[in-house]
Amino acid sequence: MINRPPASGHAQVFLPDAARPVSDEPYYEAVGEEIALFQAAYEDRIPVLLKGPTGCGKTRFVEYMAWRLRRPLVTVSCHDDLTASDLVGRYLITNAQTVWVDGPLARAVRAGAICYLDEIVEARRDTTVVIHPLADDRRMLPIEKRGELLEAPPEFMLVLSYNPGYQSVLKELKESTRQRFVAIEFRYPDVEVERRIVVAESGLDEENTEKLVRLAHLTRNLKGSGLDEGASTRLLVHAAKLMRRGIAPRTACAGAIAQALTDDPDMLRAVNELASSLF
Amino acid sequence: MPLPSSERPAPAAGERYAAHQLESQLGRLLEAVLSLRRTVTDIAESAAMLDRDGQAFVLHWTGVIARTNVELAFQFATAAPGTLARIDRSQTEAWVIHAIDAYDRDGLQSGTEALRETAPFEHAAAAVEFDAVARVLQLFVQGLSGRPLPLETAREAYTDTDTIFLPNRISRGATCEENFLHYKATVALLWAQTRHGTYSADLEKACNAYPDPRHALHTLNALEAIRLEAHIERELPGLARATAALRGEEPIDERCVPLLAPSATVEDSIRLIGEFYACASPPHDAYASVLQPGRAAAVRERRIAREKKAIRDALARLREEMGGDEAGAFTIEEAGARELSAAGEYVLELGGVPVSPPAELARLIDSVVQDLGQIPEDYLAIAGDAQPWYASRANRDALESGNEDQGGTQAYRYDEWDHARGHYRRGWCMLRETDVQPGDDEFVKRVYAKHASNIARLKRTFELVRGEERLLKRQPEGDGIDLDALVEGYCDMNAGTELPPLLFTRRRKIERDLAVMFMVDMSGSTKGWINEAEREALVMLCEALEALGDRYAIYGFSGITRRRCEVFRVKRFDEPYGALVRSRIAGIEPQDYTRMGAAIRHLTMRLDEVEARTKLLVTLSDGKPEDYSDNYRGEYGIEDTRQALLEAHKLGIRPFCITIDHEARDYLPHMYGAVNWTLVNDADQLPEKVAEIYRRLSA
Repeated sequence: MINRPPASGHAQVFLPDAARPVSDEPYYEAVGEEIALFQAAYEDRIPVLLKGPTGCGKTRFVEYMAWRLRRPLVTVSCHDDLTASDLVGRYLITNAQTVWVDGPLARAVRAGAICYLDEIVEARRDTTVVIHPLADDRRMLPIEKRGELLEAPPEFMLVLSYNPGYQSVLKELKESTRQRFVAIEFRYPDVEVERRIVVAESGLDEENTEKLVRLAHLTRNLKGSGLDEGASTRLLVHAAKLMRRGIAPRTACAGAIAQALTDDPDMLRAVNELASSLF
Repeated sequence: MPLPSSERPAPAAGERYAAHQLESQLGRLLEAVLSLRRTVTDIAESAAMLDRDGQAFVLHWTGVIARTNVELAFQFATAAPGTLARIDRSQTEAWVIHAIDAYDRDGLQSGTEALRETAPFEHAAAAVEFDAVARVLQLFVQGLSGRPLPLETAREAYTDTDTIFLPNRISRGATCEENFLHYKATVALLWAQTRHGTYSADLEKACNAYPDPRHALHTLNALEAIRLEAHIERELPGLARATAALRGEEPIDERCVPLLAPSATVEDSIRLIGEFYACASPPHDAYASVLQPGRAAAVRERRIAREKKAIRDALARLREEMGGDEAGAFTIEEAGARELSAAGEYVLELGGVPVSPPAELARLIDSVVQDLGQIPEDYLAIAGDAQPWYASRANRDALESGNEDQGGTQAYRYDEWDHARGHYRRGWCMLRETDVQPGDDEFVKRVYAKHASNIARLKRTFELVRGEERLLKRQPEGDGIDLDALVEGYCDMNAGTELPPLLFTRRRKIERDLAVMFMVDMSGSTKGWINEAEREALVMLCEALEALGDRYAIYGFSGITRRRCEVFRVKRFDEPYGALVRSRIAGIEPQDYTRMGAAIRHLTMRLDEVEARTKLLVTLSDGKPEDYSDNYRGEYGIEDTRQALLEAHKLGIRPFCITIDHEARDYLPHMYGAVNWTLVNDADQLPEKVAEIYRRLSA
């Protein structure tokens, strides 16, 4: 028999890396008004939704803003098995005691951090509901299992990202969720900016960078004809880094771009043909 | 397909046929086109010189072709003995298929000519077939081009600015790689013709100024190649290097130097025709492509008119969204010209404020700029009355397919499998997709009344399947604490062992990630009670599926002849099951025949567009595939259907057939596989059975 009910021994545990401060300035190249918009939303305590295709700089932008606003950053990569308790927290059992452990969202609220839920549509649909009270003017996080109501400090900010390019109807954001946010749309940067980014991130020479950026545009033309997305800026940076290390351009593109985009043999060959037409 | 053995008075294995044996066999096959003066004696004599395999080849294909066209078979038999001696055995079949394809496409004369063209098959081993590389090239050109440029085959390579036509095979080079490069370079050149405005001038008029317009056009073609190659070299340096290596560096004639400037246009090439007109051979002719100004002009004119309307509609809609008349007028400006960054080149402004055009509009703008070099003023001056969006939506669909027919509905072309040839007939079937005309609403009410208890029962069963959520116990981590495990663990711990780690519970929803396409036979043979039963079955099925939450679509199919295959929309995947869908179900009426292959290919394409872990294609049928007049009935139709299902299978789609044909056992296992079909004994049972079968199938 149990002598003590498990609930009597609650202790509170914070994990050491509760919120990561961003100490060095991350490299970020602004493409539009997004910095001013984000800053204004932060000052008025409105949560922000970042929309855009993968690898276009959403995560980097959040890191940059966290640095700029001098707030710690808590990032959660959402997956299809992410439950509400994964975000809020749960009881664990150690030494015949139940111990409460805050989830990343609760930690971020307590620390007044920026909480970034990456690819929020990947999470189970019921999970997204727990952020609702945090995302409107209540700014509360109810922790039902503890009967606690966390009130967010003014510095706390909620940021979501999502990729509207998914075709599946299941991966759409609920209307009730999306309407609580200020949305900032990200696209792939224009040619000039993208070239600057690739040069800055990889140190590759101008000529090859120019060709890489062109290749990205050619693959983006294939979106919808067998590719879900064209080559992202991130992939260009990868390819550029390989080339910078002396890998032949066609090999670098095959590995960092073609293979990363698709497994379909015809599509692979087509992307490689495009690359070999340029390099 | 081998000839029935009774028709072959076969000599002993390995021995050759004698001339008189061949003569009698060929005579029988070609009887319809023979006369006193036109006999098969000569053919038989030259065929008698072939070895046994060669003879068998001639007899087999003469028989196969004779079923398509006897005259073509005669031409084949005449040409075959000589050709077989010249070209490699591995290529003979390609040669025959090439000719039959030409016949299918353009008729007897073209087929006969193709039989005479043996040169491409002579260096055969390294030849590259269009079919083998079509998809790669298609994607390649899609990457290069802002607008869709479908690829098709034709005798000569050219573009009409909407489609790129390429030869069936290329065997100019010594290796496969070289031949592929020829294809790629030709595609790039033809793409450059559309991209850099080869057809933006009136080429016919320019060439008619010379005594021999054909020669002038030929010269112009070569000059344009020089101009466009300079573009390709700037934009695709890797490709330019590879093609230069392939044919060796040629010095460019000094007089052509102005063509190399980025700003050179087709007008500059036209001005130079005079310089080179006197030369017998043009200055430069590395590509086997031609110019087709007549066809291009017609296509271009149609597209310009269509896109003008589409742009104006899209702009009108955009302005409506941005606040209507108060928003001001559109202006458009070129922002720093930069090659290849297609849609970003233009800045669209509304009343002085830049707006970002929707993707579709950006594509239209890009396409118009390719045709006209700019967006003319009158495109932007739109009246206040915005078109209803469906009008322009229809436009857009037609635009995307590049196919328009008289009726305005989009036509799709599908290949058909000819089992006798062992090859596809390319673009053989023309299929249109239309909505079912809504029918009598009373029908659905009657079904509800008739099957009320059944529907309620079905819904309950299906809801049970849907709501499955399992509570997983004894998990290493989870949302709740598994008290049973904890109590046991606590006891264990007090007894001196360690507390076990599996103390949590977790809820897990069993998700059904499934999309199903129902393909309903609407052939004439379903008339009467079968049709009635089908419709009732569909109503009940929809009720059940709504309870289940699976994504589903329903299409009917029918048709008469290969040019009029039809697919009828009852419910698309993204359409809710509502009054409209119900009245469409009521409106399902028997139509014509069942050419199943094309319908399966089309619906496979539709199903393939949906994202789901499991995809099902369920056919509701009452008999064998068949069609009016041509030979679709029987083995041909069964084999084509089977091939279409195999194609679907390759895309990860699982086909299944529910039939009421008692003879189904004879052919369905061959088409769908041994287990992927079921027979409902009596059409009356369809309504009750279909949903149940589906539940078993998808469990």
